[in-house]
Amino acid sequence: MITKSLYQEVILDHNRNPRNYGSLDNANRSAEGHNPLCGDHLSIKINLSENLIIDSITFQGESCAICKASASMMTANVKGKTQADAETMIKEFRDMAVGQLEPDDDHHLGRLTVFVGVRDLPTRVKCAILPWHTLHAALNSITTTSTEADDDPMHISIGNAS
Amino acid sequence: MTPIESSLRSSETSMFNVEQIRSDFPILKLKIDDKQLVYFDNAASSQMPKVVMDRMLRYQTMEHANINRAVHYLSETATAEYEKSRHKLKNFINANEDREIIFTSGTTDAINLVAHSYGRKFISSGDEIILTVLEHHSNIVPWQMLAKENGVKIRVVPINDAGELLIDEYKKLFNKNTKLVGVTHVSNAIGTINPIKKMIKFAHAHGVPVLVDGAQAAPHMKIDVQELNCDFYTFSGHKLCGPTGIGILYGKANQLNRMKPFKGGGDMITSVTFEKTIYNTIPHKFEAGTPPIAAAIGFGAAIDYLSSIDLSTIEAYEQSLINYATEQINNIPGIRIIGSAAEKVAVLSFSVDGVHPHDIGTLLNQEGIAVRTGHHCAQPVMQHFKVPATTRASFSFYNSMAEIDTLITGIQKVQKVFL
Ligand SMILES: Cc1ncc(COP(=O)(O)O)c(C=O)c1O
Repeated sequence: MITKSLYQEVILDHNRNPRNYGSLDNANRSAEGHNPLCGDHLSIKINLSENLIIDSITFQGESCAICKASASMMTANVKGKTQADAETMIKEFRDMAVGQLEPDDDHHLGRLTVFVGVRDLPTRVKCAILPWHTLHAALNSITTTSTEADDDPMHISIGNAS
Repeated sequence: MTPIESSLRSSETSMFNVEQIRSDFPILKLKIDDKQLVYFDNAASSQMPKVVMDRMLRYQTMEHANINRAVHYLSETATAEYEKSRHKLKNFINANEDREIIFTSGTTDAINLVAHSYGRKFISSGDEIILTVLEHHSNIVPWQMLAKENGVKIRVVPINDAGELLIDEYKKLFNKNTKLVGVTHVSNAIGTINPIKKMIKFAHAHGVPVLVDGAQAAPHMKIDVQELNCDFYTFSGHKLCGPTGIGILYGKANQLNRMKPFKGGGDMITSVTFEKTIYNTIPHKFEAGTPPIAAAIGFGAAIDYLSSIDLSTIEAYEQSLINYATEQINNIPGIRIIGSAAEKVAVLSFSVDGVHPHDIGTLLNQEGIAVRTGHHCAQPVMQHFKVPATTRASFSFYNSMAEIDTLITGIQKVQKVFL
């Protein structure tokens, strides 16, 4: 059963001890992400170097375990990557969460494939995606974003978390 | 991890045979990935007994045609059955006359009807409406729309930390501009039963009519609109073992008569020319177009079913469920019950320290347990308790004590996962 595999030890561990949690001095990119349907919110702060490398990244906020673990693993994975590489991962993660990318396909997600189970839980897809969504906004200097915004480039219209 | 022994549990068999009741509901036998379904999302929508499904099937098989229109057999049968349902609903809430029962698509539709037909005619700039913190969004938003359009002010009755309305504050909100009170009989988020009879009496002493949102009350207790003396009362079929797409608005005939129509169309008129249209009398004035006939007849069958068990028996049994569940959950460390009103229905809203409601919902689902997690369309209540969301188990008379044990064990499992 798919929900059994969703709460795997990696996810529980990142929820318990989130990596890169906190604020970031001299961040030059940041965004706030909201899921108005469940009240989850998180903020992401980035230090992007002149040659567009994510030198440091942190997150903070209140959310469910899936969202928090997703944010923690995301920050750990995109740190040191270029903006372009991060954008590729954002797209791949989103595709995986909505069932358009299989863990066996070619991708750059590594262990992030533990989140594949959300594709069978439409109400939880947005929990996993919110951090990625917010990262995309930060990298593109959009300061606030919402999983429900009309003009949202990553809008996913399946399910809701209310 | 077994629930503790409790004297509250034994009351199960003394009142009625819950196993027999359960056999009336086919869906309760369902397994979700090998786990027996435990359905605790009754406040969102209840399940349907087979007699109601059979009634709708019989209607579609042998009685269906449009109503109020033709002289042929089927149309007359359908019209008669539809009107019989109205009569059953009239008896169910002890209204004075059948024509005081308007079929709507549900509670939301009924409140919008009142906001439009009463509100837009009798409430205007400078006037005030009193609502409460406990309202479902459907008894907030229609009034906000009116407020924005007509410059009406909304005033809100606060609650205490048990989740009970502060009646002294309620009384202070009245002034010469007060034109309507909208109050939920029972809170869907935390189960509080509001003292509406007292509130209605006070409002009437100030010449103010009262709309009661009964969506969460009608499934759990006997409603007598004449005794309550409310001006409007509304509830939905799908929370009362009936189908979706149907509900009623009860309104006192003199109120309904002086209101303007809501939707325009067929059936709500007596004659139409391009120069002048004459509106039909109540209830037809408010039932434009072809209604969901099968749903209305199914609703009537659900009312028969509930009446055959008797609402006071249902109420007593459900109280034994909530007492047992409350006692059991209080034995688990790290749980906070949200809403502890002295008078409440069988709704248990709670939070678990360190675990987000969404994770609780997903993990309980893994055990076959259906609960609701979120803000329950009642964000002002969540704001009062300073939580973004809760987990809500809402019980019905077809739930058993054993199912509550499954829930308690499920919550303990959730805590273990997040240890
Ligand atoms: C108190 C209350 N009012 C109104 C509603 C809306 O009912 P419906 O969606 O059937 O129109 C609900 C349903 O959730 C409710 O609990």
